[in-house]
Amino acid sequence: MHKISNVASQSPVVSLRNVHKSFGPLKVLDGVSFEVDRGEVLVLIGRSGSGKSTALRCIDRFETIDSGEIVVGSHRVSDPKLDLRALRQDVGIVFQSYNLFPHLTIEENITLAPCSVKGISKSQAKEQARQVLAQVGLEDKLHQYPEQLSGGQQQRAAIARSLAMQPKVMLFDEVTSALDPELTGEVLKVIEALAADGMTMVMVTHEMGFARGIANRVVFMHRGKVHETGPAAILTSPATPELAQFVGTGL
Amino acid sequence: MNLNLDFAAIIERWPAFLDGALLTLQLAFIATVLGTVIGVLGAIGRRSSHPVVSRICGIYVEAIRNTPLLVQIFLVYFGLASLGLKFSAFAVAAAALTINVGAYTTEIIRAGFDSIPRGQIEAAEGLALSKAQIYWHVVMWPAIEKVYPSLTSQFVLLMLASSVTSQISAEELTAVANYVQSDTYRAFETYILVAIVYIVLSLIMRAGFWLLGLVVFPRRRRLGTPL
Repeated sequence: MHKISNVASQSPVVSLRNVHKSFGPLKVLDGVSFEVDRGEVLVLIGRSGSGKSTALRCIDRFETIDSGEIVVGSHRVSDPKLDLRALRQDVGIVFQSYNLFPHLTIEENITLAPCSVKGISKSQAKEQARQVLAQVGLEDKLHQYPEQLSGGQQQRAAIARSLAMQPKVMLFDEVTSALDPELTGEVLKVIEALAADGMTMVMVTHEMGFARGIANRVVFMHRGKVHETGPAAILTSPATPELAQFVGTGL
Repeated sequence: MNLNLDFAAIIERWPAFLDGALLTLQLAFIATVLGTVIGVLGAIGRRSSHPVVSRICGIYVEAIRNTPLLVQIFLVYFGLASLGLKFSAFAVAAAALTINVGAYTTEIIRAGFDSIPRGQIEAAEGLALSKAQIYWHVVMWPAIEKVYPSLTSQFVLLMLASSVTSQISAEELTAVANYVQSDTYRAFETYILVAIVYIVLSLIMRAGFWLLGLVVFPRRRRLGTPL
């Protein structure tokens, strides 16, 4: 195991401590621990079924855990008395399948949560929608419907929708897996720009080249455990044979 | 065979037919509006994780779908009477039709709710929307858009089925026809005319639903594609 030292003394934004989770007899998370500091990009990699997506979904309480502790900012996610909606105002999540609301325009998709959840005015929300769409390069798509956009554009719009809630942490769950290489590139550029702006992010990805470029910290999961962790450099010089084999097949 | 049709005596009674047709439309309108409300609530109830709630909604739907409308009308009519409650035939007819169509609407809307992908709801949950907000913004409107054709057919069917309420002498179109034909002895002509009026009422309803669809489903109006 490779340990990296914290630059700042502040407490981490996201921390998982000894998290265990089973789906029936199947142990998916077997004592997973990692931390993400403010402004840091943590990339979760591993084979299908290694538990990386489950670990990510636990952070936003889309999965409940059997034991261990998850803390996101001031939210104790593993506490049964968690204020779920307060947590999700601070955590943005983007999925592989975009999940834009098909019956709403891009603008309506983006303004829905700020208006209904935060209670901000329609005009303020619309102004904000323009800002976040500009951030992902889609300001001309404001009044289009999701089906009129390409997959890459839909995923960028989904990122914009999350950003409009001004989250403290963003989670990306294999957000480019449904896209061809060209569209993948445009989505990754948006994520890179977010990282450069200092957004705290946790992402599950199979894009090893991208992970090398963006990750402050890489967590390689294997059979429900954190098998190897360290800076992006571990992707080029892995310490364990399993990671070596994984990046070997991934490149 | 000697077919001798005489519409003159029937046409003369046009104000009565007009009144009957308007009453039929009123019954259909009330049952459509209230039936939609019942349908939405019933569908939410049937999908509820609360077993008692989903069971009650299930029993309601099955009881209605497995009994004849005429029997349901009589049950409401004589049921209220035996409780000593006096209502007009129109009110009883409207209530019975609403109860009836509410069950079918529950099933149609439930199918619509079930067709909303899990990912849509997860995305909404991830945006911190409340359960009620998710139902309203993310589940209900697209679900109703998806099942809108079945829903509107059901309401047109209901309007036609409202002819059964002539049995409790609600003064709707068929009841009017019944006494006009007994007055004039021109039964065949009377029911030909009434059939034509029902066709016109159906067309009016379909046109109304089409216009309503343009208003409430702006995406469909702009793109013309099914959801």
